[in-house]
Amino acid sequence: MTHKTLALGAAVVAVLALPALGDTFGPADVQKWTAEQDAVVKQGRALWTDGKLGTNGVACAQCHPNAANTHPETYPKFQKQLGKVSQLWEMVNWCIRNPLEGQSLAADDPKMTAILSYVTYERRGVKLEPGKH
Amino acid sequence: MTPDDLKRRDFLKASSGLLGASVLPVSLVELAGATPAESFTFAYISDSHIQHVKGAQFVRNWDRGLMRAVAECNLMNPRPDFVMFGGDLAQLALPQELDHGAQLLSGLKGPVRMVMGEHDYYADDGAYWSKLFGPQWYSFDHKGVHFVVLNSILTDKAWYDRWPDGKARMAEMAGLDNPNGSPFQVGAEQRAWLKKDLANVSKDTPIVVFSHSPLQKIFKNWNFWTDDAELVQDILKPFKKVNVLYGHVHQIQYNQIGNISFNSVMATAWPWPYPQSYAQAPSLLPKLTVPINRADPFFERDATGWQYIDVASGRVAAHYLLPENPVRTVAFDAKKNQPVDLQYQDEKSRTLPQNHY
Repeated sequence: MTHKTLALGAAVVAVLALPALGDTFGPADVQKWTAEQDAVVKQGRALWTDGKLGTNGVACAQCHPNAANTHPETYPKFQKQLGKVSQLWEMVNWCIRNPLEGQSLAADDPKMTAILSYVTYERRGVKLEPGKH
Repeated sequence: MTPDDLKRRDFLKASSGLLGASVLPVSLVELAGATPAESFTFAYISDSHIQHVKGAQFVRNWDRGLMRAVAECNLMNPRPDFVMFGGDLAQLALPQELDHGAQLLSGLKGPVRMVMGEHDYYADDGAYWSKLFGPQWYSFDHKGVHFVVLNSILTDKAWYDRWPDGKARMAEMAGLDNPNGSPFQVGAEQRAWLKKDLANVSKDTPIVVFSHSPLQKIFKNWNFWTDDAELVQDILKPFKKVNVLYGHVHQIQYNQIGNISFNSVMATAWPWPYPQSYAQAPSLLPKLTVPINRADPFFERDATGWQYIDVASGRVAAHYLLPENPVRTVAFDAKKNQPVDLQYQDEKSRTLPQNHY
């Protein structure tokens, strides 16, 4: 009995001594995660302005300065040219294949993640309007 | 003269097997009552951005835009008096790009006059361009109108000196949204030249000024902007009829500032978003401007095009030829004293794709 109580007490102390419980985090955590996010956005901007993403030297930013006219807040939406509700990465791949004359990226390719992170960052603050035309 | 005074006549030969009837016919709007001596037409092609890939390979999409404009322009009947090219023939001002662009332009029938763009300039301060096309600023007279061509894409010495060479300058200036770029300017030397050039021109003589960047301030982030625009406007102020035509923006814009009417011209290469579609910075797009339809990215020529310009009684009417879209005409309205779109100016007559966001 006494041993059991002591063991329980020790367990409680051990848990309380951990830096954070499962669903709590502090400013240091946020800082770290934001830095990770910013780095990926920066990679995305680099890919967006790099003529090497495709094969002909054309960069996304040539037609989409600051990723304008990409409307990330409207996706997924019915894309009339594809005849179905589509995601933004499908449109990014369309541009990589056509104006950039390159190869599609996988939806979860880290490069695609970086590109979508950048595009969405440039559209920050705009309200979501899925399906808008 | 109101748009109602305009009459139409067949303009392009619709008989071309090359382009097909879906592209044509196009109509010319001519001001009724104008005497032949005062009324004439010229064509305006701009922003082809011929881009070298490697060897003898150039970006197919941009090549096609210029080839199409040249072919359509050659179908105009009656012929335009001359053709203007509004700058950014090349992408990185490489000799091979300027050579290839000049070769494509050489297919045009009739005289061609050139405007300098930043994509033609920064690799070598426009040396190769000048070797091919001549002076970077000049003037000429045609049927009672005084035409002026300016090099409006110069910039300040501090920025110029920041970079080791032309290649570095061109790389920085080529990115429209690059924060390392620098605002354009006409500069003191050309402003002095312009004053002198206009000194002997009667204030009643209609003036048409060609620049690459807008001689008005619209959106600094993308250099839809000329730093000394107001100083140039001041020089143009004493003249009764002044029209400024500019490229660079790859979209339809028009405006009226005092006595000066502004019309942009389209790119043959690709369209640019309107500044309001960048959510992070305010824009000064003229309220008068009714935007072009948003481009369909699956149709590579959409929202690109070329234009022909009627000059009647010293006022400009710009006809924008847009593949698989209706021709847009923006003409000076004497009653309103400003350019108006003949079809879409009224808010109720606009199309859904003209809402840019």
